[in-house]
Amino acid sequence: MSENRNFWKNSRRVYRLLIVICTLALVSGILIFYINRDAQGEPEADGTEYTKFEDEEPNRIENGIHVRTGFIDAPGLQETVNNCTNCHSAKLVIQNRMNAERWHATIRWMQETQNLWPLGDNEDIIVDYLVTNYPPQNKGRREGLENLDWYELKP
Amino acid sequence: MQRRKFFQNATLASMSALLGSDIVFAKAMPDAYLPLGLQDPDPFKLFDKNKEMVVLNDKPWNIEAQAHLLNDKVTPNSAMFIRNNGLIPENLDASGWTLTIDGESAAQQKSYTIQQLKSKFKTYTYQLTLECGGNGRSEFDPPAKGNQWTIGAISCAEWTGFRLRDILEDVGIKPDAVYIGYHAADIHLSQNPDKEPISRGAPMAKALQDETLLAFQMNGEDIPLAHGFPLRLVAGGWPASVSGKWINRISIRNIVHDGAKMGGDSYRVPCKPVAPGEEVKDEDMCIIESMPVKSLITYPKSGAVLKDGESLNIQGHAWAGELDVQKMEYSINFGATWTDCAIEKPINRLAWQHFSAEIKFPQKGYYEVWARATDADGTAQPMLLPGWNPKGYLNNACHRIAVKIT
Repeated sequence: MSENRNFWKNSRRVYRLLIVICTLALVSGILIFYINRDAQGEPEADGTEYTKFEDEEPNRIENGIHVRTGFIDAPGLQETVNNCTNCHSAKLVIQNRMNAERWHATIRWMQETQNLWPLGDNEDIIVDYLVTNYPPQNKGRREGLENLDWYELKP
Repeated sequence: MQRRKFFQNATLASMSALLGSDIVFAKAMPDAYLPLGLQDPDPFKLFDKNKEMVVLNDKPWNIEAQAHLLNDKVTPNSAMFIRNNGLIPENLDASGWTLTIDGESAAQQKSYTIQQLKSKFKTYTYQLTLECGGNGRSEFDPPAKGNQWTIGAISCAEWTGFRLRDILEDVGIKPDAVYIGYHAADIHLSQNPDKEPISRGAPMAKALQDETLLAFQMNGEDIPLAHGFPLRLVAGGWPASVSGKWINRISIRNIVHDGAKMGGDSYRVPCKPVAPGEEVKDEDMCIIESMPVKSLITYPKSGAVLKDGESLNIQGHAWAGELDVQKMEYSINFGATWTDCAIEKPINRLAWQHFSAEIKFPQKGYYEVWARATDADGTAQPMLLPGWNPKGYLNNACHRIAVKIT
């Protein structure tokens, strides 16, 4: 039947198109997969799966700042990066201002409840780095309003 | 694991290229699934937040609002703060979700699918105030440990769900019950599956309140992923950590729940006042229950410049934990004199209340408009920081905005 023939003819066309599309998709998919993987570098030794990207140079310093974490470049930086950014973001460290005693207590708390490993000699290096570069500031009972962004309020 | 890595490596665009179409891809994904590769780049897009929200922490995600973003009477998702103790769970599937009730004081262990909950229990809708216990922490001196929230860890959205009481009573509550404790699907930062990032709860009296919900909707839609899809406990007026997200189990306990972040300095304050920086013994710490009276000027944004002779209409919200706000005042002379604001009644118990006032300024110059709420017991907000505590909770000091008349 001519209807039947037409059906098969159309189907062949569709199949051919499908094969071409599938091949293209597969090839581009594989390419993208590998390109992305290469761009990301090797996963971290501890198997962290949440490292989203790796710079070509993971410890690049720009204007005195460790680019990947935002930490100030100073003695103790590497120990701090290696031990304090695996579970949580460096943002959590930077926004906290404590003296040495309270940092040590915080480290104990993380070891007791949060699976932080023993830091050994690095503990003093890290705490020195934190209290030197992120010292507590006196705020008193109430600070003044700062960084005011003045704008004209239309009535 | 393989799948995770794959998602990490492939962007959504390349996934779409692979599959040929966005729709096929979306359909293949479980409800509210968040590919890990997308956990990095743009939190505002990822969580559908206003671009002016402030990211305090990106692992775990902690994001707060600014006062002027909170002007809506019912907080939209775009301005709702995100507070996470762990990692947001993946692969959430509402259709396969079960809630289990167990514990020493449960008459039996019983599980429900969401569908079963919907067919068995009546649903209720309330506007409920959720404030992070640590909202305002950034002002404490000496600095307190944790995310340095300023003023934006507060919301009052409309929550729809089942009364927790109805579910607990269906299971059966033994007479020795004292507390409920929740368990959820979020992931501990160390990725140790045996550890829970947070497992808090509330005394039975709070658990059995009319307004304590096991919610499945926020503002009339499925709860957004970051806010606890598909099931969230909502206990308005108490530290928002009581309102556990991604809930899959609730235990009826015959002791005060002893889950993660129930002890130590977490969500606890000294039972008796202490000097700033003083060390407090564990047994001298008490669990925070109802949050203190507080208010926020949400209009205008701080920094308004007006012409001499123009008056200023301020708007905002006030809330007081378990209590109503009885009085709302403003001052433009640093508390020397106070003037009443108009304040509305709450739409339901535990919802914030809206205030407004028209302010005239006596002459040109720099002003600060300070707002002060007083609760039904007559307790008002302090202008200075309230009592210091190790983790910097419960800062309910008056909010203020700067205004210049030129």
